[in-house]
Amino acid sequence: MLQVIDRRLNGRHKSAVNRQRFIHRYKQQIRKAVADAITDRSITDTSSGEKISIPTRDIKEPSFRHGRGGSTETVHPGNKEYTAGDTIKRPPSGGGDGRGPNASKDGEGEDDFVFQLSREEFMDLFFEDLELPNLAKTQITRTVEHDSVRAGHTRDGIPASIDIVRSLTGAMARRIALQTPLKRELRSVEEELEALSECDEPDQNRIVVLQDQVQHFKTRIKAIPYVDEFDLRFHNRVLRPRPKTQAVMFCLMDVSGSMDEQRKDIAKRFFILLYYFLNRSYEHIQVVFIRHHTTATEVDEEEFFQSRETGGTVVSSALELMNKIIAQRYPLSDWNIYAAQASDGDNWPQDSGRCRELLVEQILPKLQYYAYVQIAVERQQQLWQEYDAIRAEHPHFAMQTIIERAQIYPVFRELMQKREA
Amino acid sequence: MSSQVISPGSDWTFEIIECYEREIARIAANYNLDTYPNQLEIISAEQMIDAYSMVGLPVGYTHWSYGKQFLATEQRYRRGQIGLAYEIVINSNPCISYLMEENTSTMQALVIAHAAFGHNSFFKGNYLFRTWTNADAIVDYLVFARDYIAECERRHGELEVELLLDSCHALMNYGVDTCRQPYLRSDEEERAKQLAQEQYIEEQYNDLWRTLPVEPNLDRREDNVRFPSEPQENILYFIEKHAPHMDPWKREIVRIVRKMAQYFHPQRQTKVMNEGWATFWHYTLMNTLYDEGFLSDGSMFEFLQSHTSVIFQPGFDDPRYSGINPYALGFAMMSDIRRICESPTEEDRRWFPDIAGSDWLKTMDFAMRNFKDESFIAQYLSPKLMRDFKLFSILDDDTKDHLAVNAIHDEAGYSLIRQELAEQYNVASQQPDIKIVDANRRGDRSLTLAHSRRARRRLDDTADEVLKHVAFLWGFDVRLDEIDEGGKIAVTRETKICAA
Repeated sequence: MLQVIDRRLNGRHKSAVNRQRFIHRYKQQIRKAVADAITDRSITDTSSGEKISIPTRDIKEPSFRHGRGGSTETVHPGNKEYTAGDTIKRPPSGGGDGRGPNASKDGEGEDDFVFQLSREEFMDLFFEDLELPNLAKTQITRTVEHDSVRAGHTRDGIPASIDIVRSLTGAMARRIALQTPLKRELRSVEEELEALSECDEPDQNRIVVLQDQVQHFKTRIKAIPYVDEFDLRFHNRVLRPRPKTQAVMFCLMDVSGSMDEQRKDIAKRFFILLYYFLNRSYEHIQVVFIRHHTTATEVDEEEFFQSRETGGTVVSSALELMNKIIAQRYPLSDWNIYAAQASDGDNWPQDSGRCRELLVEQILPKLQYYAYVQIAVERQQQLWQEYDAIRAEHPHFAMQTIIERAQIYPVFRELMQKREA
Repeated sequence: MSSQVISPGSDWTFEIIECYEREIARIAANYNLDTYPNQLEIISAEQMIDAYSMVGLPVGYTHWSYGKQFLATEQRYRRGQIGLAYEIVINSNPCISYLMEENTSTMQALVIAHAAFGHNSFFKGNYLFRTWTNADAIVDYLVFARDYIAECERRHGELEVELLLDSCHALMNYGVDTCRQPYLRSDEEERAKQLAQEQYIEEQYNDLWRTLPVEPNLDRREDNVRFPSEPQENILYFIEKHAPHMDPWKREIVRIVRKMAQYFHPQRQTKVMNEGWATFWHYTLMNTLYDEGFLSDGSMFEFLQSHTSVIFQPGFDDPRYSGINPYALGFAMMSDIRRICESPTEEDRRWFPDIAGSDWLKTMDFAMRNFKDESFIAQYLSPKLMRDFKLFSILDDDTKDHLAVNAIHDEAGYSLIRQELAEQYNVASQQPDIKIVDANRRGDRSLTLAHSRRARRRLDDTADEVLKHVAFLWGFDVRLDEIDEGGKIAVTRETKICAA
């Protein structure tokens, strides 16, 4: 009659569909919350989801209900001092008389509906409508190639992959294990036989019996196979996808005196966005940080964002360094190369033309995409003008200005906008 | 006694669960508890959250509101604001109870006693459940509903189905028959009836009729017949049957939602009784289990600790107070009936001449079978219990400056408190009384609802939203008259359909 069923192995995510429906239905509100979130999100936090809150009133399900007012009678427990006929001052609306759903309305204010988006959901909403620029190379390399790699041993396989040492070790262990008891018995029988034969009047019948036994044990020991089928061990090989879709992302930033903390912070966020974005499309991403003032150096992430130098600015130094690094470390056949440059637009006047030359002739042909953000109000600087000329001819070169944090995301979207083919 | 103890430690195993079930079943049988066969399902905490958001059902159709429920529960659980209930039980045959894997073995025994025997016997015995729900068929019906709605989504698009369900859900509380005895029709009859109805409606709707010359006599005769002839409380049913031109698949979905509402309605009407009954029995069964030596002292303490927190009732001025705890009231009333039967006082004999000194098992069985919360409280709430709970009644009249204490737990107040508390559990009077009073079949096809106000209580403004949903389902203009106590229309709300 009783049935006990273990359901724990069943799917744990029965509600996933409904959850998805909910997110879909309130996409507008959630997308807004996501956009707000990135403005305040901690920089190092690239792996978590996000807590989203949307106003409760937006997601209420209506039903016929009594409103406030009228005359109601309710029974409560815990009377201490009242007797029939007492009057009580009306508590402030929504106060502690716990009278149904209206109570919380004015009393405490409606809470927002808060829930957690998973990282994937967050990223998907975050990057919705965006498409990785110039995906051509990625598309081609998408066909995953496999490497055959060793992965332990199995009990079956083809003769060519037999692991001889391991098979024979196993066989030996099995032989020892099976023979030992038989050998022990054989020895005792032989000893008895020997003792008997040294005796003056050997019991012939007993000798015959014992000899039979000796024969019997010897046969059995012999019958144990040297190598049995289940001793065989084969090398196991599995196919592992070889990551072809790898990318390197160059972050170029001006750290000269004019880049203050706030500007650097904006730049930082922009780089993070780009990193997230690439992260979705590539299995491996390397990031190269190049900072520059009058000279450029390759640094690690921490130094990149924290150090600050004084002095002038020579942008071409960074471009040259990047070109050199590409040549040395990132052959074009293996790498998709992206670059993002953040600057306040200052440059040594004679250098801007050199930058343009470098980009057009050397760098841009190797790149998937180059994004330049200028974190400054004024546009009409020489570097901007030179870059503007590049933009006209090269569709995978994009540039924008950002003034405040909240603009990062819109600008990023614009830069990475789906392009018409 | 130690040799008998079923589970010395706190970890459970399948053997322990089966052993507990066996012993509890034996004891329950001695107490004449009549139950459906049990099906215990072990689930994880995440699955419990899933079950929560599906209103406890094992199978459910897809809708965003369940996702919302899921997210809300999950978030609150993660923040530690709520512990999960340690059981969910489904009114089905066999009766499915969920046991959470995190529970200790003692808790599993408690849940088995509470759900698999307490609730189970209530589902099987109570007249509301017997009349209105079909425990044999519910799981099959849920599967049908899920598949049907999924199929509709494929054929007509998710959005269309979602909008329809939104509208149906808004009216879910008005998809229930409370008075009519259900006429049990076979599925085939049902289909045939539905087809006939559809044809009838199609014949009725013919735009050409408008252009026919008016025959005064005929017209007057038909106009005099009001339709529906009596106000209809089951709005969803009326829409399903009479909405002028609703696609058949939409009618079926309306019907599914209506059926779900009907299935849950008895649970809304018997919250106190159902929980009280289950709590009384887990308490009695666990005590007997302990007396017979199947429970260790440690387990007994663990059980009692949990039991006392379940039936905890803070007073009205306690910050933890959020209304009367149905477990507390129900358990107290059930235990009180037993007390009145076994050791009645003079007062009990006066108030309960019929049951004082009677056989407690029979009396409680009778009470369980034949009442709902409202009538149960009206019948069995004893003066002693009112004193124990220190119940008092407050009148909140918005025309007066002060709240008034109507009655307290004294000789003069017992009857009034009992009556008011009973009313408080009357589902029908707690939700606004709204009925369909007129469906214009000859003219603009508009639908008129009427809200009869009680005690000057108005509808809150979400009513306009709900009305939009009614209009969406009906397909034509919808009006809602709020009628005051004098029978006059106080407010009229209207929703117009712009283009059909």
